[in-house]
Amino acid sequence: MKRFVGFVRKEFYHIFRDKRSLFILFGMPIAQILLFGFAITNEINNVNIAILDQANDVTSKEIINKIASSKHFSIVDVIQQESSIESIFKKGKVKAVVQFENNFGNNLIKKKQANVQVLTDATDPNMASTISNYISSILKKYQQELNKNSTIDYQIIPQSRMVYNAELKSVYMFVPGVMTVILMLVSAMMTSISITREKEQGTMEILLVSPLKPFQVIIGKVFPYIFLSVINAIVIVLLSIFVFNVPVNGSLFLLGVESVLFIITSLALGILISTISATQQTAMMISLMGLMLPTILLSGFIFPISSMPLPLQVISNIIPAKWFIIIVKGIMLKGIGIGYIFKETAILVLMTLLFIGISVKKYKIRLE
Amino acid sequence: MGITVSNISKSYGKVTALSAISFDVKPGELFGLIGPDGAGKTTLFRILTTLLIADKGQAAVAGYNVLNDYKSIRKSVGYMPGRFSLYQDLTVEENLNFFATIFGTTIEENYDLVKDIYVQIEPFKNRRAGKLSGGMKQKLALSCALIHKPKVLFLDEPTTGVDPVSRKEFWEMLKRLQKKGITILVSTPYMDEAALCDRIALIQDGKILEIDSPSAIVSHFPKPLYNINADNMYGLIESLTKYEHTYSIFPFGEFVHYTDKWDSMDKESLKAYLESQGLTDIHIEETQPTIEDTFMELAK
Amino acid sequence: MKNKNVIEVENLSKLFGDFAAVNNISFQVKAGEIFGFLGANGAGKTTAMKMLIGISSPTSGKATVAGFDVYKEAESIKKNIGYMSQKFALYDDLTVKENITFFGGIYGLSKKQIDQKRCELVEELGLKEVTNSLVASLPLGWKQKLAFSVSLLHEPKIVFLDEPTGGVDPITRRQFWEMIYKAAHNGTTIFVTTHYMDEAEYCDRVSIMVNGKIEALDTPKKLKEHYKTDTMNDVFLKLARG
Repeated sequence: MKRFVGFVRKEFYHIFRDKRSLFILFGMPIAQILLFGFAITNEINNVNIAILDQANDVTSKEIINKIASSKHFSIVDVIQQESSIESIFKKGKVKAVVQFENNFGNNLIKKKQANVQVLTDATDPNMASTISNYISSILKKYQQELNKNSTIDYQIIPQSRMVYNAELKSVYMFVPGVMTVILMLVSAMMTSISITREKEQGTMEILLVSPLKPFQVIIGKVFPYIFLSVINAIVIVLLSIFVFNVPVNGSLFLLGVESVLFIITSLALGILISTISATQQTAMMISLMGLMLPTILLSGFIFPISSMPLPLQVISNIIPAKWFIIIVKGIMLKGIGIGYIFKETAILVLMTLLFIGISVKKYKIRLE
Repeated sequence: MGITVSNISKSYGKVTALSAISFDVKPGELFGLIGPDGAGKTTLFRILTTLLIADKGQAAVAGYNVLNDYKSIRKSVGYMPGRFSLYQDLTVEENLNFFATIFGTTIEENYDLVKDIYVQIEPFKNRRAGKLSGGMKQKLALSCALIHKPKVLFLDEPTTGVDPVSRKEFWEMLKRLQKKGITILVSTPYMDEAALCDRIALIQDGKILEIDSPSAIVSHFPKPLYNINADNMYGLIESLTKYEHTYSIFPFGEFVHYTDKWDSMDKESLKAYLESQGLTDIHIEETQPTIEDTFMELAK
Repeated sequence: MKNKNVIEVENLSKLFGDFAAVNNISFQVKAGEIFGFLGANGAGKTTAMKMLIGISSPTSGKATVAGFDVYKEAESIKKNIGYMSQKFALYDDLTVKENITFFGGIYGLSKKQIDQKRCELVEELGLKEVTNSLVASLPLGWKQKLAFSVSLLHEPKIVFLDEPTGGVDPITRRQFWEMIYKAAHNGTTIFVTTHYMDEAEYCDRVSIMVNGKIEALDTPKKLKEHYKTDTMNDVFLKLARG
């Protein structure tokens, strides 16, 4: 145990004395989250929309006026039938259609609730979510004004529907994605680099010729990164909750456990990379090309998997990040429990065991 | 309890690094492996420290077989690889502490063994190893290799790239360690260091040329050896190369070391020949061969 | 020509912060001379050499190399010197031929000149069989001899050799020195650092640096007489140990 503690202490010295790795460890997550966050929550201005007013009463007119007077939207078309919606979207003239149901005003007064449908063109999912949020807030404001002067609780219910991108791609999607990329980067790349550095400097020779068992060396090398990656995951979640108001609908504990699992998966990959590369440079190249790119491109983080060509869809299954993104999305955004993500978790566990198995097999107690 | 090596061979692909090497190092002996880069010294060290497996042959260190008892060997040897393998970003003290910990000991426990060496670098104990001079790195690496009281010490080219002062100090340290009963196998490309070992093996191209005590090796030099100098070194070498009785010539410091084809050589006619080549200030006198002379004679 | 100074150094210093790595050194090297530049690790040899080959700017003092000022004419210096170090000499992953072509090219030799030089050089070093082999596959000694020849390709006035023979076997080491003698005989000035003290004796003159200063500078013979020792090794030990 004392040996282990000594080893881990040494690893921390390495990490804290290397400005570069410190930056990757802590600067990168924060920078990425902020970049993605602000790039995505950009304000919208003068977005073209169309109105389908099936009620055509006083209340609907009032709301349409409110929307028209907002600087965010300009109404460029008024359509008469539901069947025109598709063609108007196809022409690309508008980004959204606001549809008032029949008897909107009456429903509101008699049933105390009325429906507004907000249809958005979700080929640009971020834009679509933002639009529907803005319109919802205009409706909410109108509803509040209405309720202020009355004892009755009127409700206007906005129903958002995305067209062309049925799978809900919320603006919050970037949080699971960025979290995945960062955990992968820190865990896999940093461990593989730190192990190959020992090979390069010749210190691995001395460690091998010491009574330390190989698994002690490996555990000693990866332990600090588990710790640091967990801190990173926490920082990311806190940032997204407090800076971007992303909700965590599910259990934080479950999220934590799943994150640790994914961190271990990535570390195992990092160890695997270090067993096949002799220099830090090779380790870095393999981590970037072999892990980072697939994690960003094929995991569903940026491009929806369902719209990929079939071969890539098949390949995406062997990318651990794909499963982790599904898990995080489920827990954070949908609030589901372990029952719904059991399969994904099991796949990650299997992958981890496989990677560890291969690395242990490939790890040499000698030099060649 | 020393080291025994019998018929060890090792190849990397087509390149033969070691071919059928055999020798013994007695317990408590300071044994030198003397040879240039590429002679196979590092490969041999790696086989003996259990880092590589030989293609053929047997070897034992401190009584343990290098193949089967590698765990016992790793507990009882100290190893200092070629480039001083230290953690450049750790301080002197942190390095030593780390190596003590992984061997399950502490600096205090074995301080008496490393004290001699460590006191010389202790003033810099808070300096990062990467910022030390070559000589100090070498001392730190030696301290680290000694901190767990090894029975056998392997030092692979500990003095390469280190200046003569540090080299001299280093050998003095080795002599003191030897007195404490540690068996030492050391390799070096510097022939002048060979004389400081109890016994040496001259090694080149994976083969051992000769094994003996330095004085015995020198006495095996087959021919009388002469120091020759003149006013113009380049002219002297040129002329001697062309001389019909020349057996071997090698520049050697301010002289040229010369051996003749015949056992009874004629100094006067050589001098006359050199003068006829336009050289002046010619001195020829017999001299004692060195290990380097023997090495060159054997390697020819 | 023979007695012209090709390197002139006057009160040259290089400071790193408060630390004087090179402290006020002065010396001259004559054309065609073999000049040994010795010193313990950290004595300032490498720093001084870097200033002379134009890749590091001095803090103060004057120095000219091949008649060019180290402050203002570093580029001209680089064209007129050859440089070879133990750490880097040739590209291991290029063949002998490719290395020669590359280094000839960066010094602006024409294709015809390179071809001619290559033939001469390969012939002289006996490398005909291996011209198309990777340098990595050559024995260290051959590599170093080849590297030295390559550093002479553009017929520089001065060659700087930084520990050229480290780890090389004794026979090749001597063949290397014979090449140095030959180059010097043909008028090239040799500026060499080494850790082998017997090699110091091969030099026409030797300077020994201790803690950033030149503590001794003379012919090996006179140094040995002055310090009353038999070998340069002892001279060095006396000086460097203070």
